Order: sequence, then structure tokens, then C-alpha cells
Amino acid sequence: MREAKILIYDGSFNGFLTCVFKAFDERIQIADIQKNSDVQRGLFSETEIVFTEMDKAKRVWSGIEKKSNIAIKNIYFTFLSETKNRELLLYRYIQKLFSKTEFMHLNFSDDTVLRISQLAKSVGREKHRMEAFVRFQLTKDSIYFANIEPDFDVLPLISKHFRSRYADQQWLIYDVKRKYGLFYDLNSVEIITLDLNEIHTNSINKSSAFTNAEYDYQDLWNNYFKSTNIKSRINLKLHNQHVPKRYWKYLSEKKEAV
Amino acid sequence: MSFERIKEKLNILVDAAKYDVSCSSSGSKRTNTNKGLGDSSGMGICHTYTEDGRCVSLLKILLTNHCIFDCAYCVTRKSNDIKRAGFKIQEVVDLTINFYRRNYIEGLFLSSGIFKSADYTMERLVAVAKKLRLEEKFNGYIHLKSIPGASDELMREAGLYADRLSVNIEVPTISGLKLLAPDKKHEDFTKPMLKVKNEIIQYQAEKKIIKSTPKYALAGQSTQMIIGATGESDKDIMYSAVHYYKNYNMKRVYYSGYVPVADDVRLPAFGSQVPMLRENRLYQTDWLLRFYGFSVQEILNEKHPNLDIDIDPKLGWALRNLNDFPIDVNTAEPRMLARIPGLGMYSVNKIIQARKFRRLNWEHLKKIGVALNRAKYFMVCDTNNSQKDLQASQIKGLILQNSQGKFRNQYSNQLSLFN
Repeated sequence: MREAKILIYDGSFNGFLTCVFKAFDERIQIADIQKNSDVQRGLFSETEIVFTEMDKAKRVWSGIEKKSNIAIKNIYFTFLSETKNRELLLYRYIQKLFSKTEFMHLNFSDDTVLRISQLAKSVGREKHRMEAFVRFQLTKDSIYFANIEPDFDVLPLISKHFRSRYADQQWLIYDVKRKYGLFYDLNSVEIITLDLNEIHTNSINKSSAFTNAEYDYQDLWNNYFKSTNIKSRINLKLHNQHVPKRYWKYLSEKKEAV
Repeated sequence: MSFERIKEKLNILVDAAKYDVSCSSSGSKRTNTNKGLGDSSGMGICHTYTEDGRCVSLLKILLTNHCIFDCAYCVTRKSNDIKRAGFKIQEVVDLTINFYRRNYIEGLFLSSGIFKSADYTMERLVAVAKKLRLEEKFNGYIHLKSIPGASDELMREAGLYADRLSVNIEVPTISGLKLLAPDKKHEDFTKPMLKVKNEIIQYQAEKKIIKSTPKYALAGQSTQMIIGATGESDKDIMYSAVHYYKNYNMKRVYYSGYVPVADDVRLPAFGSQVPMLRENRLYQTDWLLRFYGFSVQEILNEKHPNLDIDIDPKLGWALRNLNDFPIDVNTAEPRMLARIPGLGMYSVNKIIQARKFRRLNWEHLKKIGVALNRAKYFMVCDTNNSQKDLQASQIKGLILQNSQGKFRNQYSNQLSLFN
């Protein structure tokens, strides 16, 4: 019997796909696929470092895409969930996809398939939340700026949404947790990293980075938020369910509550 | 512009607009092709939720709360002694744009009290939408209220700039309308509805031939009814809703539990409870009609003019029709699966896919997310289930015993023993 191997990749999605290519191509028995920054060697398995190769990654991507659009989306979303051991789970899923049974990704009686579709769903939900909860603040140099701290790495997923929506204004969305952001300069979106000495939550304290009118509009918005509430229908449980507390510090309408 | 004054007006005009429950911002196909601001081609987004748990998707305001009418149920009625205010057209435009740029909202929902005349008011609403579209290149969502009695020409123009139009029918029965809004005629409500319906049909036909036909109210029209103001039955409400869905191609009918805003003998007094649970049951019924293939007569009829309050309408229907059950989840047609209490359409679709691979048992169904607590009495699957023949009342008792509901205290008679 061939010995099981641990493949180590650079943490990127293409790196992961390259591992999948290698495993299929060389018929490797996979013990695990791990990111180079958090490798845990197995006692009895050999490790091998895999370098990302775009053409191999692409071949895996288009191979899965040919099988199903839903499956490729599920795989990408699950990868961005950053869940522990997602690589191995995804590898098993891809193995199933390429097994003889057609439409395996719809077999919700299979644990791997169901788990992947659930993970993809949570990431999709977080993507949608970020499309909702980003609150831009206008800086003095005319950039609409927002900090976020999403549960999953959803920035790559929301780029298109914001690009098509805010095509005529410069904007910057920065993920405080993962320390990178997207900047749109009226032509294209770029990935940037910043040295932020201060995290601009929507706090009550005013920052000199933003215009005065910015705070006036936040004030108007907060007034709107309060006035549109119907007191005789109060339902805080539902409110907290829809607007989970962990997002409050970035929402100007909740800044007094934080 | 003075922010303090705007703020004051905003608070007044939001307060009066909030009883309009529609907050939908989906269903339009306005893509940002002119490198302008906004895009409403995707699904709707709720940007936040108020403390009453309702979604905030649109900037929902009145242009003014001056009104020449005196409808008893309305907080803006002319005899009500409240602060009055009005926005200038440009002020609404600025608010919308600045809120939108900060990602607070999906667009604007503009309504108004009726000042001078219906047409005079409608003209101003249209002017706001027109300015947003043409001057600001705004592609966000716009929902305009059709003012009862507005002319066909204005309704035509409104649809060119708005994504959705709505007239609130407010009172489900004509007799109720006579009682509460004596100045308004039923035809004033239906006339603009009919015009919008015909324009939409015409737009859809013309678009097939000429691609560049100007867009017309892509997200369709909707209406709203007040619940619990005039003593109408659930049957009155739902039959009326079906009438509007069918004859006016409504996208949505909204149900709004009456919040007491007037001291009037014709209406529930201040401090009466808002019938939120009833409202919820009506929405559930509305969903059963639109997505689950039920017809309204099955759920509400002469024998059952009102919905059960303690159980959902699908369960209520199932308990009255036990001879249709149990349903075999591994073989039943999709339309029958959708009738099992505790199964939503998501679960139905998952089951249909999954059962192609193997016969499903309780474990699978549980993992898929079926509410087995309700569903188990109405279906059979691959797990051997030696369920005794239970009576409807026994099943109902078992389900209520093993579940919780936040409104339970409103109808529970558990404690009545000790009273």
C-alpha cells in the first residue's frame, strides 16, 4: 500500500487547487492538505511542499466547473470560510464529484456534500451581510471609507457588487482582521494593505480624517433609524438576530448602543 | 441647507411614513450601465433592522404630511393635531443620494399626504424620481406611492422612473372604507392600479419587439391592507388579497396590523395590542398561496372563516385533511411534499434531489433541516415508524406540547386552572 502524504501549500486558493491537481495526477494517497503557516506534521505521513502553478489550478477549476457551476461556487465559498480542515473536506468533495455517479453535489444524504453546502451557505450569508453592513464614511480626500471585520474572508466575493454599485465614487473597504482591503479608484479595484494607526469604527468620537458633513449625515441617518421604529411593536430579540452584536461597532446607527 | 431643520423635518416625515410596511427592493433589472450611481439588478438588501425587528432597505419618507383627507386610521389625517412639515424636492434628492453613497439604503420609498389635489401631489412625487434618474444618474431602487385619484398620464410617467408603484387599499372591505374614509371612493384606489397593470402588460409585450422600449415599473406594483381595524375576518382579507393578486397582477400584498393612532369610536382604542400574531398567520397563508400551490378556498372558507391562532395555517389544513396523509417522502410528487407541515420549499427541493441517490430516513431528513416535530405525523420514510393512528386533536396536542412559541402566552390556557 502507498503511504499517505501531507501536501503543504501557500494558503492561496490556487495553491490548494494545485495540490488537488497533483494528488489526482500522481495518484497520491492524501492524509491532509495544510497551509504552510500552520503545518502539523503527522506521525506516520510524509510531507511535501507544493508550489502554486496557475495553469494546473486552472485545469482543476475548469474541470469542476464543467461538472457543475453550483459545485465550483460551493468549493470556493467553503475555502473562504477558513474553517479548520476544510482542505481535506474539499478534497473528499472533489473526489466525489469526479466519481462515477453524476450530479453527486446534489446528494444531500451524503455527509460531505451536506457539510460543504452548509459551509458555502454560511459564507454566502456573510457575503450578503457585508453588502448590507458596510458603512462608508467620507474622508477629506473624497474617498468613501469603511472598515469591516467579517467572520469569513469575503472581500473577494463582494468586490463586484460594490464596483457596479458605486461606479462614480472612490471607495475603500478594509478588512481589519485580515489586514487587506479593496480600493476602487474610479477605474478598477485593487487589493491594498494599509498601515492603519487607528481603526475607524463608527464611534461617537469624531475623527479628523472625515468631513464635517459626514457627521451630519450620520446624525441624520441615526435619526432616521430611530424615527422609523414602531415602539408598540418592539421586538429586540428579532432585532439582535438580524443585526448581530458583533457588527454593531461598525454601524453608525448602533454607535450609541456600543 | 440647515441640518437642524432637515433633521426636524426628517423626524416628522419618517414618523408618518413608517406604517407603510413594504420594504422590498428586489425584482428590478436596472443595471449601472451609465457609470452612474447605484445598481438594482440583484436581490434586495436589508441594510439594517429597527428595534421592532423590521428591515430597513429604503429611505421611507413622506414628501409632506399635510393632507386634505380625514381617514380615521391614518396618523396624517387632517383633523389630527400633529406637527406638519414638507420637504423640497431637492432635499429629498440630496438625502437619498447621500444615504445611498454611504451604503445605508437600497433606494427611496416616497409617499405623501395629499395636498391641494391628487394630481398636484403625484406630480411632485414624479418630479423627485425624475430628478434622481435624469440629473443624478441614479440607478438605485425607487418605490413611489400612487396617489388615489391620480390621472393616467401621471401614472404613466411615474412608471418610467419608478421601479415599483403601490396604492394602499388599506381597508379590505368596501363597507369598511365607507365607514373609515368617507371622502375616498373605492374607484380612486383601483383606477391607478388598473392603469399601472395595463402599462406593465403593454411594456412587456412591446419589449419583445423593440428592445429599447423604455422600462416601466420593473418591480411591479403592490398594495397593503390594515388588519384588525374594522372587524373583518381572515377570509375577507385573504379573498380580497387573492382578488388583487389575480386581477391587478400584484407582486405583493402586505398585511399591516393596526397600530392605534386615533381616539375614535370606530377603531380599536389607544393601547390596544397590535395583532402581530394574526398578521404573521396571514403572511404564512399568503406564502402558501404563492409558493406552495394551495388555493385560498382550501385554507379559508364558510366553515373556517378564520385562521387558527395557535398553529400555522398549513398544519391547520393538514389536521382537517388527515385522509391525505401520511405522505411517503421517497415517492410523493413535489406538490404533495410541499403540503407536509414542517417542510419548507428549500427542504422539498433538497429531498427531491437527495432521494434520487438513495431512500431517505429520519436521520437524513433531520440533517437536511426538516422540522420533524411537526412533519413526523404526516409522512413515512425509510425508517420503520410504528405510529399509531392518531386523531387530529391528539396530534395537535403533541405538537404544541413539544414546541415553543413566543406568542404562546397570548393564547395559552394552561394556567387557567388556577384562575
